[in-house]
Amino acid sequence: MTEEQAIIEVGKDTLLGRVADFHFQGYRLVQICCTPLEDAIEVNYSFDLNYSFTNLRLSVKPGEEIQSISIIYWSAFVYENEMRELFGLNIKNIVVDYQGHFYRTAMPTPFVTPGPVESPADGE
Amino acid sequence: MAQRNIIPFGPQHPVLPEPIHLDLVTEDETVVEAIPSIGFVHRGLEKLVEKKDYQEFVYVAERICGICSFMHGMTYCQAVEEIMGLDVPPRALYLRTVWAELSRIHSHLMWLGLAADAFGFESLFMNCWRHREGVLDIIEATTGGRVIFGSCKIGGVRRDIDDGTMKGIVKKLETMASEIRRSTDVFLNDYSVQHRLKGVGVIDGEEAHRLGTVGPVLRASGIAMDARKIGYAAYRDLKFEPVIEKDGDCYSRCRVRVREVFQSIELIAQAAQKIPPGETEIRVTGAPEGEYFSRVEQPRGEVIYYVKADGTKNLKRFRVRTPTFANLPAMVKMLKGAGLADVPNIILTIDPCISCVER
Amino acid sequence: MFLRKSPWIIHYDATSCNGCDIEVVASLTPLYDLERFGIINMGNPKHADIFVVTGSVNPSSSAVVRNIYDQMPNPKVVVAVGICATSGGIFRECYNVLGGIDKVIPVDVYVPGCAARPESIIDGIVKALDILEQRSREFKKLRVESQRQEKKLRRYRLND
Repeated sequence: MTEEQAIIEVGKDTLLGRVADFHFQGYRLVQICCTPLEDAIEVNYSFDLNYSFTNLRLSVKPGEEIQSISIIYWSAFVYENEMRELFGLNIKNIVVDYQGHFYRTAMPTPFVTPGPVESPADGE
Repeated sequence: MAQRNIIPFGPQHPVLPEPIHLDLVTEDETVVEAIPSIGFVHRGLEKLVEKKDYQEFVYVAERICGICSFMHGMTYCQAVEEIMGLDVPPRALYLRTVWAELSRIHSHLMWLGLAADAFGFESLFMNCWRHREGVLDIIEATTGGRVIFGSCKIGGVRRDIDDGTMKGIVKKLETMASEIRRSTDVFLNDYSVQHRLKGVGVIDGEEAHRLGTVGPVLRASGIAMDARKIGYAAYRDLKFEPVIEKDGDCYSRCRVRVREVFQSIELIAQAAQKIPPGETEIRVTGAPEGEYFSRVEQPRGEVIYYVKADGTKNLKRFRVRTPTFANLPAMVKMLKGAGLADVPNIILTIDPCISCVER
Repeated sequence: MFLRKSPWIIHYDATSCNGCDIEVVASLTPLYDLERFGIINMGNPKHADIFVVTGSVNPSSSAVVRNIYDQMPNPKVVVAVGICATSGGIFRECYNVLGGIDKVIPVDVYVPGCAARPESIIDGIVKALDILEQRSREFKKLRVESQRQEKKLRRYRLND
């Protein structure tokens, strides 16, 4: 492996605390990304300080609401708007909220196949 | 208080080679807020992994962006190689380094030209693009393509550069360096260039770091963060220091890129000296299983590839976070308080690559 | 007509990967140098004769492409550069791609290639010049005809 990559599982309630902790230590927000799994969406928050790479991993059930981290890392708003639009995540309190007009895709939430719980519209 | 106006900027605008739309909220001549809106280039290629298998997907990865195409392909290959635990032959790693640095030179020269065009220095623009053609000739001679190289594959590289050609490349770059220096000296010393760029779009190091800025934009604010230092490909064997500048304005960002052109030429010379003989690729069988975040320093900054595979031919998830995406928040901050006439310069000095951003 | 002696082009990136865009600009700069033929890259659609589009269209960019096309004065020619602009290319199967440029506006010349080489872009633009010439002749004829009709109408009105 070229570099060690730590992955720390966090819960919905402890997320903001952990992120604030990283912010306090001077970490840089590298990226946020989502992976749709069968029963949940896995969200990875990646941070970096002096080339040491750390991930916070959060698992979000369909329809669940999560807090935005853009009050701590302002730049997170671009990632969070993207997550909401492409994956249909329900994110509260984004600092710069595009209300679903960030990418303006042809179909809403293209990455999430219409499931039983949340399906604003089915793709095709 | 002056009256507030909203000026739409883009998606089609004379200084923008690519479509991005900004709503500039202005008071008189000063921008008080800038709201970017994207989506004009969004294709949704991350979802193509479901249709193409992991070996085929190298072609798609290379076409995420036509400017740093080789590095996109390389980052993708690295990510898959890490998951599969492949030992790529060292010669292939060196060749990747050489091509990556060549594409950095051509990208920076292209940017210098576009920047000159943005502040109305037409002859400088033409000169930079003339130098760039020299680099493209080398690329074409060694890979066969000008823009999309297609030379990187999982497990190594498709083509080899023999020693004679390698020496020729180093020699040609040396002679080009003195020519390039004549043009870049204009950027560094000319009064009119400094007049347009100095003190414009300032962002200090601490704020840039907090905003997650990467690449030349971050380094121009005095923070030495260069993903090449992680030591992927052959960079662990090469000697170099990240180029940094202190002021954090448009001029510093320009200086960083100028100095990086010469740094890349030096890195290619080093790589040509140290390149070991041997194989250039290994056989790849099976399918990947696992996940990895691969990081590479592109001309515009650090790119992140996240690959998750579950042991089938098609990847489970593929995600790219490109440098311009990380630099967008910083651009919004820089535009606050800038004069309307400086907006094109500020947008161009983050070296926006919109097709990367939206994928 | 001497339109073909100095046609001005406007370039727009619909959803291209930049590969064709830099080749379009490369064909205008020193090594290939289309500018020596009086071809200038314009930022303003109202000044342009040839519309060079790269990349396929998506729902957001299709409106912009349509808009630019409508703002260009007649006669005008559209050149689709790159395989994405002709058919969608490698991204055809993406969820946000509608297809080639011809889904939105009529295309006169297709330049294939990924990325299209400057030589073929120049070739495509030269092909477009012939079409432009022909179209401007037709356009002139049409204008003369319409002026004649107008005159006739005016005479009728006077007689009334």
